[in-house]
Amino acid sequence: MANQGKIININGPVVKAVNMEGFMVREMVMVGKKKLIGEIISLEKDLGTIQVYEETSGLRMGEEVEGTGMPLSVKLGPGIIGNIFDGIERPLSKIYDSGHKFIPEGIGLISIDESKKWDVQILAKPGDMLDSGDVFAVVQETSMVAHKIMVPPGIKGRVTEVAESGSYNIHETLAVLENEGKKHELKMYQEWPVRKPRPVARRMPIEKLLVTGQRVIDTFFPLAKGGTAAIPGGFGTGKTITQHQLAKWSDADIIVYIGCGERGNEMTEVLEDFPKLKDPRTGNPLMDRTVLIANTSNMPVAAREASIYTGITIAEYFRDMGYNVAIMADSTSRWAEALREIAGRLEEMPAEEGYPAYLASRLAAFYERAGYVKNLNGTEGSITVIGAVSPAGGDFSEPVTQSTKRIVGAFLALDRELAYARHFPSINWLSSYSGYVPMLGDWFKENVAPDMMALRVKMLRILQEENKLMDIVKLVGEDVLPDDQRVILEISRIIKMGYLQQNAYHPQDSYVPLSRQYQMLKVIERLYDRAYSCVKKGIPLSKIKDEKLFSDIIMMKYNASDEKPGLFQELTERIDRYYDGLESMYKEGAADES
Amino acid sequence: MKVKYLKLDKAEGPLIVMNEVEGAVYDEIVDIEMPGERRMGKVVQIDRDRVIIQVFQGTSGISLDDVSVSFTGKPMEIPLSREILGRVFNGIAVPIDGAGQIYSSKYYNINGRPMNPVARLYPRNYIQTGISSIDGLITLIRGQKLPIFSGDGLPHNQVAAQIVRQARISDEEAGKFAVVFAAMGIKHDEADFFRKVFEEAGVMDRVVMFINLADDPVVERIITPRCALTAAEYLAFECDMHVLVIMTDITSYCEALREISSAREEVPSRKGYPGYLYSDLASLYERAGMLKDSKGSITQIPILTMPNDDITHPVPDLTGYITEGQIVLNRSLYQMGIYPPINVLPSLSRLMKDGIGKEYTREDHPDVANQVFSAYSRVQEIRALAQVIGEDELSETDKKYMEFGRQFEERFTKQDFEEDRDIYKTLDLMWELLAILPEEELTRIDPSLVKKYLRK
Repeated sequence: MANQGKIININGPVVKAVNMEGFMVREMVMVGKKKLIGEIISLEKDLGTIQVYEETSGLRMGEEVEGTGMPLSVKLGPGIIGNIFDGIERPLSKIYDSGHKFIPEGIGLISIDESKKWDVQILAKPGDMLDSGDVFAVVQETSMVAHKIMVPPGIKGRVTEVAESGSYNIHETLAVLENEGKKHELKMYQEWPVRKPRPVARRMPIEKLLVTGQRVIDTFFPLAKGGTAAIPGGFGTGKTITQHQLAKWSDADIIVYIGCGERGNEMTEVLEDFPKLKDPRTGNPLMDRTVLIANTSNMPVAAREASIYTGITIAEYFRDMGYNVAIMADSTSRWAEALREIAGRLEEMPAEEGYPAYLASRLAAFYERAGYVKNLNGTEGSITVIGAVSPAGGDFSEPVTQSTKRIVGAFLALDRELAYARHFPSINWLSSYSGYVPMLGDWFKENVAPDMMALRVKMLRILQEENKLMDIVKLVGEDVLPDDQRVILEISRIIKMGYLQQNAYHPQDSYVPLSRQYQMLKVIERLYDRAYSCVKKGIPLSKIKDEKLFSDIIMMKYNASDEKPGLFQELTERIDRYYDGLESMYKEGAADES
Repeated sequence: MKVKYLKLDKAEGPLIVMNEVEGAVYDEIVDIEMPGERRMGKVVQIDRDRVIIQVFQGTSGISLDDVSVSFTGKPMEIPLSREILGRVFNGIAVPIDGAGQIYSSKYYNINGRPMNPVARLYPRNYIQTGISSIDGLITLIRGQKLPIFSGDGLPHNQVAAQIVRQARISDEEAGKFAVVFAAMGIKHDEADFFRKVFEEAGVMDRVVMFINLADDPVVERIITPRCALTAAEYLAFECDMHVLVIMTDITSYCEALREISSAREEVPSRKGYPGYLYSDLASLYERAGMLKDSKGSITQIPILTMPNDDITHPVPDLTGYITEGQIVLNRSLYQMGIYPPINVLPSLSRLMKDGIGKEYTREDHPDVANQVFSAYSRVQEIRALAQVIGEDELSETDKKYMEFGRQFEERFTKQDFEEDRDIYKTLDLMWELLAILPEEELTRIDPSLVKKYLRK
């Protein structure tokens, strides 16, 4: 007979029950007649405090609490990719198929499809010694993902029986291991508690770029495979579009997208768009590598707290197979607010702005599950965590932004002023940073160009210089500046409009490969060098600034495509021709005068 | 036989506390009978046999002994049928127009349930409001939630009324159109203004009004939008109607929430508002949208007044994080005599990108809107500069921007309360304004479109 508690206190998503002696902390429980899913957060003598992942409206005093004997866990196996789950891995499309346009309570613990048959290719042979993490079978789950079936952590042994390759559902036994007289049946799935990081052999240094195809990110504030990044921004600054762009175009093998306390329509948009979009590298539909976790802002708040753990556990599982996984959490602030709401209901002592004192340590523990690792089975895999932060009032000094900033490696600050001017992505180039630049230097040298990093520094310096000059311009106007400073303003304008701004909805501009980013930078550099040297020769800026040439360089991002490889060469030649002409004209003029 | 409890332990502000209650249900409705009066309340917290009840009409006049409380075991439900069209209700859905009760066999839980994201249909159809700054730059999409951020004394009611009046006309499915109006803590004359506008526009028989005025009980204010949205869901998803929901004023709603939260002695977060303000607001706003299996839609236009015109105040701030954009009204524009005083720069329609362009409005719309935004934002920089150095000292291009800014406000933003501009007129006007600028400045528009539409 399972343990049974009795409800004595209900306060929103927090429920207390007595007779809870045999239960354990973090155990998953079923609450009330409707069997709402909950998790025990604390025990005191026979009193248990439970957070409930479903709406508690309608719960009655004295109803029962039933234990399940295990911590909050997710089922990991084929059927995850391309699917959309709620915060505790219940499939929303299946809930919809069973007639629920609105999400009801008490649907119980359902997870990945248990009846679907998968084509399994068995790799192990009887007599093989298998260790934790070893791959013993493979299922081609989607066009992009070969789902490797692994021995669960903590289990090893000699294969005594194996099934033949063929069609199985996730409950059928595929192999039996024997170790010290104990038998382990291996199935297509394993269960794992979401709050416990999955084990790895060891961590490895971060040295590979996560290519995103977004110019301002790749060039100026690069993300690394296995790294962490935060994208803070007030509302309307484009956090979600930036996250969507990263989910679409970054060169990870698997994308886990967590819509945590955000808009329902945004999840619908992903569900409608991603199956239609093609991966730029393989041409397969992007949905074939994507997992969605949705806890929209009107879904129960406790499940919001769980959703990011569900997401990262799924990410770790695919990492263990040797994949590079990128996980997007939009937004971690909502998760923090869920923590705050529950802490408030528990009457915990609040720290800053009502958030519980453990906010920073929980955030750190989450981001630390990212990394580039050597897996138990010897493969290499990575998890990159990219968290959006929605600071209250757009004020970055609030606790969630500050606690996140301390932990993450890259900080992409979205700026309201830029967003108002429709400069997108509105990543502020002065306040953003990436700590991965030094670790990625070699990668850029080998994979893009030896001078890529130098170019980056040169462009950033121009932008910094412009920022200083703008302070003066704001007071006295541009005309009073000497020409060698005005040329900086002109070139910055080109960098901002022609390079930093990137149109997510333009077919040529949405994703820009690194080679093209480099070529674009080279064109801008050439323009700068030539224009600057003309200024130094005393040629007036009005002559140096050829409207047509400048506007064509700004527009090169729309005109460049794989069909027109010569564009950049052509622009470079035009720059040279123009300034050669200009210089020789002035040389003659100077000669004439003397 | 229902058990009646005859003794209260405590009555304070909006709350009553009772001991020795058995089997209370969280969130259930209770009936409170007192001499000559009935009140309604809701269970908000249960601790063993001690129950805290929030009384919708407040506790004033309640005595601890001379009262009888019975528990219904059910959350708040309201009867709905097509007959609600044209009717006026109070904040807890009791008819106040003297035309009798609504009879229906179907009762609906006012709390609703979260829409399954898989069941949603992504909104793509634009609604022509006839207001240039909205249609051109902050396009409203059917199924969107687009609030108006306003301030005290600004004409947000007029803007909302103009949208209601003009949005209807452009709708081919005019017969399928309904308005649900939820008033929370607004003044009598504001409520009358809306009633008059609906009557004049001849839509009164398609309007459902839920009215909680400034002097009505505060707790009812928490219920009002939920009743209204439940009615809207019924009309949209069971009667296949396109429903426009106007909710005003969200700020008073949030203040009511704060009042109750502090009475319950909850830990406050920013400015004394409860920590769950975001989730609570989301439970209203997220009820906008469309469903795959239904022809109807719910479009929400919540109105909120920003205390002290501060957009970072928790109410507009949290709203902006949930809604799909915002229409921001600006005091200085209004003082310059510009109606509607919509400041387009902080305004935004998130769903606009998917509902405009070739298939919906016109091919040039996305680019031209983008260009007008960036030009107008440049105008602000140049104006700041002109203030320091004087307009005469500006460069030629900058002077043109100044002229663009003036004409933009005078000809584009400014519009009569009765004036209904169609989308083509709005777009043409945008091109006319852009023609003031040198052509090289139009870097955000595809050159072929410039060629096609720009008339110098």
